[in-house]
Parts: sequence; C-alpha cells; structure tokens
Amino acid sequence: MTKFMRRAQETGKELSFEAVRNALDSCNMRIEDIESVALGSAPDAFDGIHMKGEYLLDGAGGWGKPYSRSYVGGGTGVFSLIHGWWHIASGLFDTCLVVAEEKMSSCLPHPQAAFLTIFDNMIERPLGPNLIWIFALEMQRYMQTYRIPKEQIAQVAVKNKQNALDHPSAQIAKRITLQDVLDSEVLAWPVQRLDISPVSDGACAVVLASENIARKITDSPVWIDGVGWNLDTAYWTNRDLYFPRYVANAARMAYQMAGVKNPRRDIDFAEPYDPFDYKELHHMEGLLLCRKGEAPKLTTEGVTQRDGKLPICPSGGLLGVGNPIAAAGLMKICELFWQLRGEAGKRQVAGDPRTGVAQAWGDLMQIGTVVVMRS
Amino acid sequence: MKTDMPPSGTPLSEEDLANRNVLTVMYHPQAKYAWATGIAISKFLGGLKEGRICGSKCEKCGRIVVPPRIFCEYCFRRSDSYLTLPDTGIINTYSVSHISTDTTRLKTPIIPAVIEIDGTDKAGFLHILGEIEPDAIRIGMKVKAVWKHVSERTGSIMDIHYFRPIGE
Amino acid sequence: MSTDISKVEGDFPVHFRYTVGVAGEKFFREIKDNGKLTGSRCKKCGITYVPPRIFCERCMSKLDEFVNVENTGTVETHTTCCRDSQGKAMEKPMRVAFVRFYGTHGGLIQKVHGDVSIGDKVRVVFKDKAQRTGSILDIAYFERL
Repeated sequence: MTKFMRRAQETGKELSFEAVRNALDSCNMRIEDIESVALGSAPDAFDGIHMKGEYLLDGAGGWGKPYSRSYVGGGTGVFSLIHGWWHIASGLFDTCLVVAEEKMSSCLPHPQAAFLTIFDNMIERPLGPNLIWIFALEMQRYMQTYRIPKEQIAQVAVKNKQNALDHPSAQIAKRITLQDVLDSEVLAWPVQRLDISPVSDGACAVVLASENIARKITDSPVWIDGVGWNLDTAYWTNRDLYFPRYVANAARMAYQMAGVKNPRRDIDFAEPYDPFDYKELHHMEGLLLCRKGEAPKLTTEGVTQRDGKLPICPSGGLLGVGNPIAAAGLMKICELFWQLRGEAGKRQVAGDPRTGVAQAWGDLMQIGTVVVMRS
Repeated sequence: MKTDMPPSGTPLSEEDLANRNVLTVMYHPQAKYAWATGIAISKFLGGLKEGRICGSKCEKCGRIVVPPRIFCEYCFRRSDSYLTLPDTGIINTYSVSHISTDTTRLKTPIIPAVIEIDGTDKAGFLHILGEIEPDAIRIGMKVKAVWKHVSERTGSIMDIHYFRPIGE
Repeated sequence: MSTDISKVEGDFPVHFRYTVGVAGEKFFREIKDNGKLTGSRCKKCGITYVPPRIFCERCMSKLDEFVNVENTGTVETHTTCCRDSQGKAMEKPMRVAFVRFYGTHGGLIQKVHGDVSIGDKVRVVFKDKAQRTGSILDIAYFERL
C-alpha cells in the first residue's frame, strides 16, 4: 500500500501503480503472471474523473487484461476483495490482482460537498444536509438506545489513533487523551472533530491466487475462507439505525462459509470499519462479536486492545491510518494478511492469531461487506 | 516474500498547492439536473403543496410507509394505495449541527431529525426541528409539522417549515 | 392530479483541482520553462511514452528515465469541430489533430492552423514563454512544416 495522505502529488493512476508495484514485488510476481484485475474505487466525484475505473486501469495493471471495477461506497475496499475472490472461486482464473484507490483531495471546496448527492435529491437535499448528519443521526440513535455515554465512544478514537503510531502508512497517528476528544469542536452533536477519520488519498493492492498457485508462491499463504455482502433498503429513514442488520446478514453469510459457529470464540481479531469512533462499536455488534449494546463495555475493559482477548483494529483503523474511501477497506484486508502471517511488527497481536475478520460499510448506511481470513 | 517495504507517496500541504509549488489543473463542471420526480414522489410533493403528508400501503405485508413508493421493497410487488397521513409523529433520532453543507461553521445550529410519522410502520423522513432548545430534545418526543403559508408552498419538502414539539 | 409535481431541479456544487502528478510535473514544467516536449522510456519494452508516465502499463516497471522529444510529428488523424462542448454551433469551425511524435508511443491533440491531411508533418507551436503557465494549452497549435 502507499502512504495515506491528506493530499498526494501522485495522480490516481500513479497511486494505483505504487501500490501494485509494491504488491507484486512483495511476492516476486510479474504483471504477466496476473490473469485478471479487480479494482475498487468509490465515487467518481472525488477524483473528478468520469469512468474512474477505466481511467485507473493502466496504473492498476489492467492493460490488456480482463479488468472490472466495483463500487459500493465505503464498503468498496472489502468488497473489492470479494469481487477478486469471484474471479478465482469461479474457476475462471488462477490469479487476480485486487486494487483499491481513492484521491479525494482534488474535490473542492471540500470532498464532503461531493457527498451531498448521497441524500435523496428530491426530498432531502433541499434541507441543506451534510455528510456528518448521517453519522450524527445514527450515532445519536445508537447512544440513546443503550444509554452509552460519550466517554465510552471516545475511547475508540484514543485506542485507534495510538495503534496507528506503529503503521508505516499512517496519516494521523497520534497519542491523544479521552479529554482531547471530549473537548474537540462539536460539528453535529454528538459528533465532534476527533470522532472522525480524515479525508485521504491512497491506494492498496493485494494478489489473490488459487490454491495450487498460492503454494508455489509462498509457504504461508493466507486463505479467504468466507465472504459475505448484504444491503438494506435505501429508505434509511424507515429503519431503526441502532443496529446494522445488513452487516449482521453479511457476517452470517461469511461465517457460514468459513465454518465460524461462535464468532466471539472463533474469531481471534477483527478489523471492523471505523470511519467514526462509534462505528467500531456499532460494527462489532453487527459482526456478532458481542451482544447488542455490549461493545462499549468490552472497550472499557481493554478486551479490544492489541494485547486484549479480542483485538479490534490493531492497524489503527481509519481513525489512525486514514480514510481514502476504497483503499481504507483494503487496508484492513492487508492488516489481516500481515497479522495472520506474524508480520505486523509492532502492531502484532499476541497469541498467534489464526482467524481474522475484516468488514466495511457504506452508502447511506446500506451495505455490509465481510471477509473471514485464516492462516 | 518481502513485506517490509516502505510505503510510497508524496504528501503535499495546502500551501504547496496554493503557492503552485506543484502544477495543477482546475475544472468547474457545469452539471445541472432536472430530475423527474416519478409517480410516487410527484404525489408526495403535490400533497405537500396542499398541506398534507402522503404515504403508501402494501396490503400483503400491511406496511404503511412514507415517503410513498410505487413498490413495496420487502414484498417486491406494487403498492396498493396512497393515503393521507397525520402531520404528527415522534422523533426517532436527531443531531445538532454546527456546520453547513460545505463544512463552514453556522452561526445558529440547525437540528436535523428523522420524524416517524403517526399512522405508519415506524416509517419517516428527514426534516428539521424548530421551536425547541437542543438540551430539551428527547428521542420519542411528539412533534407536529409547521407548514408554510399556502401562498408560499411550491410542492417541496421545504413546504414544511419544520417540526415542533407538541407535548405529551 | 393537477397538483402533482413532476420535476425537481438541482446541481452538483463541487469543482476540482487536479495535481498533474509526478510525471505530469516533469512534462508541464519542461513545456513551461523550455518550450520542449518530454517522454519517459521503458528500457524493458523499448517504448517511449508521450505524454510521459512513471510506470509502463505493459510490464509495470517503474519509469524514471525522462527524455526530450522533438517538437515535430506526424498527423495520425484529424477532424473539424462545428459544435462546441455544449452543442452550440461554432462561429468558426475548429480543426484539431492527433499528432504522433517519431519514435514514441502515444501523442497529443491540439488545434491545427491551416489544412492538414493524415501523414502530414507538423510542428508544435508553443505560446510565448511569458504566457505559458504549465498547462496543455501552452501548446498553441500545430502547423504544417
């Protein structure tokens, strides 16, 4: 993966190339060995390039190859891995290069304005909404359903920004205190500035291979054992936002495929999607890693620290490493890979983890994308 | 396998770009839209102009929903009827927003909320709360639409000025 | 129903500031400062790309060899535009050509002064240095040699 940065000089093509070159070098493969390419990138409006998938193709190694792009909002990064998995699991290809890229810095006055069109163009946009409203409304409902105090949510920001100090690509890793979060500028209550991940540019790439090829490339491949994806109705105001049932549906699909019968017991660590601090908690519950409303307590008890019984976001997550929308999700897949091979360096969780789960989320609170990986 | 290569990328600051330390190209798209409202929303907006909230019903699952739609997405069949709903409801969730669409700070915060409309199956829509202090807002509070004067209504979600609390 | 509302209008309130990128920086600076074209060379494939890029799309090698390219090329194809980008008739039709540069892969598109045919040799005419900003429009037009 590249660094995650607020503004990169590199174009989207160049970012994609750097990530792909990195990925190929890491396993001594050449682009000629790659039979297919699956790219994920979120709205064209961020990069300001129409047909963004096609534009990124040459930097993503897709020249002359079967190449396709997927896009499911924030869910894209993990979904791109699933999209790549289809290529191999279908038996059509032995190798697939998965690339995720985002260059949000081109969008002015602020990339957030490009999100305006996520709201219903006819009955929501005239109200003058902004992206933060979505999270604030969901966060409020979650907090009030379980009477969760802000302090318990804020501790996730502290944990993840600190975890990210050990991630070489991190954009905003920092040691902060709980009070720093509680004192930070209120944007749309209950959302404050330090609850949020940054706007970022960056790219990641992952090489997938079928079983017989994988064993020729490395002695310790990491296996994709379960995939799941699920979407809920776009009529988000008709749903109760306290629980992401579509994440749970996606998780069940992935867990069934992977033979995970008791997620809390069978999963060793997890990388749920954390664009905001409360989302890590919301998604822990959606991933069925704990009971509804229990995630804040587990965090307070230290269970989700790197040295805890169920490390959550050991990478530092989006809150610490950065949030180039599609690349952020694939960053979590990369983290699973490094953790499961014991190569996460200072971020390595204790106890020889065997099973990890990564999850992303997106659109207007609509999609859950889940992948279970094992060593 | 080599997994410890330093990540690439050339970070820039806002000053780098503003001072043209690196070259950039500006583009201002001229995108304008006139969206067809469709069958269901045209009824909804027409209803708002007349000072009423319109929903739809699926007889199979029995759900009454707003905004109205020509299909029930759960049963995947056509909605059976459109109906007028009360202009009252309860607050499902809310926020107190100090920033505008492009993240600039607002002098007076705006209070978006999802209002569950009475008579529906916990269905609602996004709107704004008014005549209430942020500290006094509770999820579950009863609210009522405050309509613009009939001469000011144009067939828009803004024909409702805001929702205000109406006590227990 | 006579009060049904059939349309809602809106727009897309963003604009864009694209960085030209690492390769683009070399290409446009050389045009701005020296009025010269640049390509980048892939030694493995034996290809020089115009405009230059930092990767070869064929072999995915990193490219860091930038070379000057002659300001003369050959017309690969051309057309005459009668309507502008909004579809309005233009007062004066505009002829554009896609020009390839000898020994390189790729090419550039720009206005042409005068008539051209496919295969014609043309030269790149740059704006005066004082007017150049490091943009593709620093190339004023092509004209036949």
